[in-house]
Amino acid sequence: MNYILGAFKPACHISITFSDGKSRKQVPLKKENGQTVMVPLFQSQENISGKISIEPVSGKKVEHNGIKVELLGQIVRELDVPGEIYERKTYPFEFSTVEMPYETYNGVNVRLRYILKVTISRGYAGSIVEYQDFVVRNYGPPPSINNSIKMEVGIEDCLHIEFEYNKSKYHLKDVIIGKIYFLLVRIKIKNMDLEIRRRESTGSGANTHVETETLAKFELMDGAPVRGESIPIRLFLSPYELTPTYRNINNKFSVKYYLNLVLVDEEDRRYFKQQEITMFRLGETS
Amino acid sequence: MHHNGVEDEEKWLAAGITGLQQNAFYMHRALDSSNLKDALKYSAQMLSELRTSRLSPQKYYELYMRAFDELRKLEIFFKEETKRGCSIVELYELVQHAGNILPRLYLLCTVGSVYIKSKEAPAKDILKDLVEMCRGIQHPLRGLFLRSYLSQVSRDKLPDLGSEYEGDAETVSDAVEFVLQNFTEMNKLWVRMQHQGPAREKEKREKERSELRDLVGKNLHVLSQIEGVDLDMYRETVLTRVLEQVVNCKDEIAQCYLMDCIIQVFPDEYHLQTLETLLGAFPQLQPSVDIKTVLSRLMDRLSNYAASSAEVLPEFFQVEAFAKLSNAIGKVIEAQDDMPVIGVVTLYSSLLTFTLQVHPDRLDFVDQILGACVTKLSGKGKLEDSKSRKQVVALLSAPLQKYNDIDIALKLSNYPHVMEYLDNGTKKEMASVIIQSIMKNKTLISNSEKVEALFELIKGLIKDLEGNLQSELDEEDFHEEQNSVARLIQMLHNDDPEEMLKIICTVKKHILAGGPKRLPFTVPPLIFNALKLIRRLQNRDENVAEEDTAATPKKIFQILNQIIEALSSVPVPEVAMRLYLQCAEAADDSDLEPVAYEFFTQAYLLYEEEISDSKAQVTAIHLIIGTLQRMHVFGVENRDTLTHKATGYSAKLLKKPDQCRAVYACSHLFWVDDQDSIKDGERVLLCLKRALRIANAAQQMANATRGSGGSVALFIEILNKYLYFFEKGVTQITVASVQSLIELITNEMQGENATPDPTADAFFASTLRFIQFQKDKGGAVGEKYEAIKV
Repeated sequence: MNYILGAFKPACHISITFSDGKSRKQVPLKKENGQTVMVPLFQSQENISGKISIEPVSGKKVEHNGIKVELLGQIVRELDVPGEIYERKTYPFEFSTVEMPYETYNGVNVRLRYILKVTISRGYAGSIVEYQDFVVRNYGPPPSINNSIKMEVGIEDCLHIEFEYNKSKYHLKDVIIGKIYFLLVRIKIKNMDLEIRRRESTGSGANTHVETETLAKFELMDGAPVRGESIPIRLFLSPYELTPTYRNINNKFSVKYYLNLVLVDEEDRRYFKQQEITMFRLGETS
Repeated sequence: MHHNGVEDEEKWLAAGITGLQQNAFYMHRALDSSNLKDALKYSAQMLSELRTSRLSPQKYYELYMRAFDELRKLEIFFKEETKRGCSIVELYELVQHAGNILPRLYLLCTVGSVYIKSKEAPAKDILKDLVEMCRGIQHPLRGLFLRSYLSQVSRDKLPDLGSEYEGDAETVSDAVEFVLQNFTEMNKLWVRMQHQGPAREKEKREKERSELRDLVGKNLHVLSQIEGVDLDMYRETVLTRVLEQVVNCKDEIAQCYLMDCIIQVFPDEYHLQTLETLLGAFPQLQPSVDIKTVLSRLMDRLSNYAASSAEVLPEFFQVEAFAKLSNAIGKVIEAQDDMPVIGVVTLYSSLLTFTLQVHPDRLDFVDQILGACVTKLSGKGKLEDSKSRKQVVALLSAPLQKYNDIDIALKLSNYPHVMEYLDNGTKKEMASVIIQSIMKNKTLISNSEKVEALFELIKGLIKDLEGNLQSELDEEDFHEEQNSVARLIQMLHNDDPEEMLKIICTVKKHILAGGPKRLPFTVPPLIFNALKLIRRLQNRDENVAEEDTAATPKKIFQILNQIIEALSSVPVPEVAMRLYLQCAEAADDSDLEPVAYEFFTQAYLLYEEEISDSKAQVTAIHLIIGTLQRMHVFGVENRDTLTHKATGYSAKLLKKPDQCRAVYACSHLFWVDDQDSIKDGERVLLCLKRALRIANAAQQMANATRGSGGSVALFIEILNKYLYFFEKGVTQITVASVQSLIELITNEMQGENATPDPTADAFFASTLRFIQFQKDKGGAVGEKYEAIKV
């Protein structure tokens, strides 16, 4: 599209500004081309309002069959009836209490974007379109039930451990506190890591595609413990780019998080136990 | 595993240092530009070098020290960061984002140190967190160093009594708890090293472990430095917990080292007050632990403590230290059935030292220890190894050194039993120690029982012991030994003659069993000691001497006779003869004519039968003459016999000059100043004339054999005898005879054949001067001499 724009200079310049653009929080968003831009952050049921200015390139008029702004895929607002614009013209817009239950998500195989799209419809010349991404994040209260995860696992006569994570649901800036007890150790362990893995599944049924990424690899233990040792866990989540857990978003995709406890022995064999945790986004203030 | 181990290690260390320095360089740059993010990044990378598994403890330490220095700079930076407004709490979290655990924990400890100093959180909480988090390092070497770092940075920040970190709610027990936990974990790691790696590298591993032990022991030192650890806390928390760890770790090296550590770092009075607990741990240790050394060191410490001040002694009594130690030793020995003898003896030796220090008045304790020692030694035969023997010598020497009195040792019934287990050489050595002690302290061994006991103790020197190889003995050493025995015999004394006689008899019994080689050394001192007794008896009231059982000179002389007789087996006739003469003289003083006569007879027999060497004969004959001259006990008949014999011996000497001298000496036998019965001028003159004849004959013989006149010395000597008797008033010695003798000498000296003899000239000149001097005196003497012309 860029080269087309380059070939045919746009007839006008469209700018989209939000009404509280200066005070609203901006968050980084990675675009398809890999660049990160700062975009405004919204949450569900907020009003999305602002102004759209259309400024024709000097001395030219823009003839159009109507101008509209859409919150992509959802709501359309007609901004103008067909006509001509000779000079800068500004249209206010507002989408009130928009339901945006899903958060912006940038995954491996799936992206969930929120976009404002301004279209100046024209006849033969083709429409002029401008997009504005914004990010939606929804905050929830802390879960009322948040049990710890406690589990005993092992390989018979070889390795028995019991691990404990203090919660099963963590917010994005949370700290995982826990302990690993070694009940039986007959292998020579070299070290032990705690990994945070994200499992993104897209599609459904036979077409389900699953992509797993390791977002964090955190060494918990160095060396070989003996029976009776307990190793503390304290993993701060803030340094990692995590999102809340998404379950079956719009029947399109799910994002789940797992804690993977990995023990590596001296022959580099890996013993692991994966355990799902639920991630959630805690209100900024709380 | 690595055939080129050492070289490779150097290489790896060098690589580690390079990596560390590089990252330190970037870290410094970040510190200089206050770039926290980079500082954390590069410091973590720098610390990653410590993750290596390839270095021996020594090399790892080198690397660690470099990292340690860098961390000090980082710590200062952190402190400055907090002053610049960076929250310490955030910093504490931030460093925990590091993915690798070892760098993470080093950073955490470093920030933790700043955190405590900031006082934004109670020191105890931070310390607890740090010591807990360090559990993540289960690798022994890395764990030990990390925890050692923690210990290092926290040392001055413990919430101790009076420390600025003490805080309101915090007590010393938090500080103690922290150090104890770190200690426990470190010890576990240290012990674990023993069980890792192949069995064939056990030795290397043990060496490496011992290089690391001070890292563990340092914690105990820190504990001992905590002001707030009073006796109660020590008893209830510190000692209990430390011992629990020591016992439970079931590791020989750790137990041995840590027990010693406990003993060395904590104060003596604590040990004393917790003796039972401390000692209670010993039987629970591994059988291979060198308990004796550790226990000995405990006792040594306590001994020194007791020696430090008399004021502390009541503490020892109050806790019944002796009973506890004695009991503990018994248990340890019982528990360790195969403990080598050296161990047993070392333990008892230390206990003995302790006892002597703490209970100097309790000889029963000392004897008890020796008894226990005997029980343990019994059935083991003689001690074979020199170390245990040395230890026994130390054990036996201790009471001597303490009391400076052999008397004490003689009271210890088990003392000789212990000595039984020594080999002959060591027995001798011990005997020498005992004698030296007696000499040094001039100890009086005052009755026969003690002498009996003493000689039993030193029998190594008194007689040949079975299996003793004479050839092994150095002649000089032997003389030395026997001389010391002789000195000992001289020292025996009791004011009561009865007891003294008993002593003499006891000694006699022992030395007569000593074999021919020793008798020449041991008999004379005993004889002289006995003679001393006789002299004492002479000075005593006659009445007392006549009691039935009393020690009488007569009785003693009989014994002496027997003793001297024993010398014939050696034989040393010269010595025996001298002793007979000594006895004769003593008998003379005691007015015992038959006895004196008997001694003389013995002396004469020896002279006739045993003394054949000419020189010895000359000496002997002069001794005989000298002694006989002084005797006054003899009746005419006996005296005649003896005198006659003596003159006869004199005339039969081999060399003429010897003959001459002996003969003129005999002249004295006929003229004794204080005995009116012995004033026989005729025979005096006879002797002198005979001497002159022999001198003449000697002169002629010299002329014949050498072609020159012999010395006139003999004549001058005879002249002197003439003058002596002349002055004494022997009428047979006339002025004329003196005069003619002077002339004879003058002629001889001026004769053709005379050989110049300055000595004789001088002798003669001074003789003449003497005559002149006597003349000049005037009075009776002057008158007498007046007639002699010079």
